Amino acid sequence: MATVQQPETSIITGNEAMALGAKLCRVQVIAAYPITPQSQVTENLSGFVESGQLEAEYVTVESEHSALSVCIGASTVGARAFTATSANGLAYMCELIHWAAGARLPLVMGCVNRAMAAPWSVLNDQQDSMSQRDAGWIQIYARNNQEIIDNLIQAYKIAESVHVPVMVCYDGYILSHTVMPVEVPTAEQVDAFLPSYTPHTILDPADPRNINQVTLADPRANEVGETCHGYMELRYQLQEALGNARARAVEVDEEYGRHFGRSWGGMTWGYKNEDADVLLVAAGSIASEATVAVDALREAGCKAGVLAVRVYRPFPERELLEGTRNAKLVVVFDKSLSYGYQGPICADVKAALYGTGGGPAVHGYIAGLGGRDVKTRELVEATQESVRRVEAGETHKETGWINCQF
Amino acid sequence: MGTRDCGHESAMSKPSAGEAGHTGDWRTQRPVVDDARCAAAKTEGAACFRCWLYCPEAVIPREAPITIDLDYCKGCGICAEECPTDAITMESEASADDGGTEED
Repeated sequence: MATVQQPETSIITGNEAMALGAKLCRVQVIAAYPITPQSQVTENLSGFVESGQLEAEYVTVESEHSALSVCIGASTVGARAFTATSANGLAYMCELIHWAAGARLPLVMGCVNRAMAAPWSVLNDQQDSMSQRDAGWIQIYARNNQEIIDNLIQAYKIAESVHVPVMVCYDGYILSHTVMPVEVPTAEQVDAFLPSYTPHTILDPADPRNINQVTLADPRANEVGETCHGYMELRYQLQEALGNARARAVEVDEEYGRHFGRSWGGMTWGYKNEDADVLLVAAGSIASEATVAVDALREAGCKAGVLAVRVYRPFPERELLEGTRNAKLVVVFDKSLSYGYQGPICADVKAALYGTGGGPAVHGYIAGLGGRDVKTRELVEATQESVRRVEAGETHKETGWINCQF
Repeated sequence: MGTRDCGHESAMSKPSAGEAGHTGDWRTQRPVVDDARCAAAKTEGAACFRCWLYCPEAVIPREAPITIDLDYCKGCGICAEECPTDAITMESEASADDGGTEED
């Protein structure tokens, strides 16, 4: 009698979770170049392919630029493709990151967040993926290792329905090299959730065509007289697809919950946020840490909560607008910076709340650049400092830098 | 939007003449052939065809007398430069009678 395999809980690192997730998604082509702190993802996946546990083409490449190029080619001919990188590797892919989005290829990439050089650093912040936020990819930030594997499986489902590539982001070392209990879904469960990839455009020698050829500014007739999009119409469609990805991300997360018994909040997630006067906003593992800060703040008499950004692109505009309606203060912790302005999440939160009449004060803090440890106490103190300023009637506050010993 | 009926999510086209539009409208100068000087015309197609050989746009068939497809000729002037008998001269489009190709 056949027994139904049950999911097992393993104590694994974030990188192991990502590699196992890619295997469960039955990726067909993998092209990745090892870089700290992503390396174990590529090592584990090459091991799966070599040992026959995963039937996939593992293409060894000489650079990240080539890695993403291979994935673009593979996806264009109809394969489910996967890559993973960090920091300078992501930057080296930059040209192709834009290409994959414009070509509307449902690639998925693991981005193990690491600080950008110079100066050289292998430690965590989120400058790498944040710098790519305008490229047209969906970005999902994981708070723990369980969410890494779950986000990856969800990412293919989202990508392949809206035809937009997805970056599954998680903090280097804090998650990538830290072991946690992870319930690893069974292959049967994932197969039931994620059907095989049906490409929307396939390059076929029997039906030759130019793909992403030089496209002139204005729409014009093709060889059979149909009016075809100009560059601007194609880019409008990409923006529309990112807009549709909002509802899709929520649906897929809910569906995931029905299949696996876990869901992660869709676009955002909250902790003690329903009645909160003060909301801490962040993405990734620092948002998870903020829940501990919230407990301490509540103990000290401050009605605080967390409203975390799970999907950063498309931006959860509506969720933030509705979720902060009753708050007096929003404190945003960014692990990256739009140099010359402020933290990218902070600026986006302000933009989402602008013009809605009244609304909470929004204070931004830069934290944890280049692996600088962020202590829960520091999140508490920064929040209390902002509360004091708001109570003193200060409407504007410059971006703060947490534990910058300058 | 007016272009939705093509249904393309990303840019694509079939390889075919004119798939990038009538590129001849980029031209500021047009090649004009003088059959009285042209070696191919004078030998009834037995000789020369350097213009056919050098044309980067393949708008000159290997036939005498020489004809040039002005829908796609970009007016680069390579044919005039390579012509050994100076049978091709470049003339300004501004002074051409018909103003060049029709564009839709």
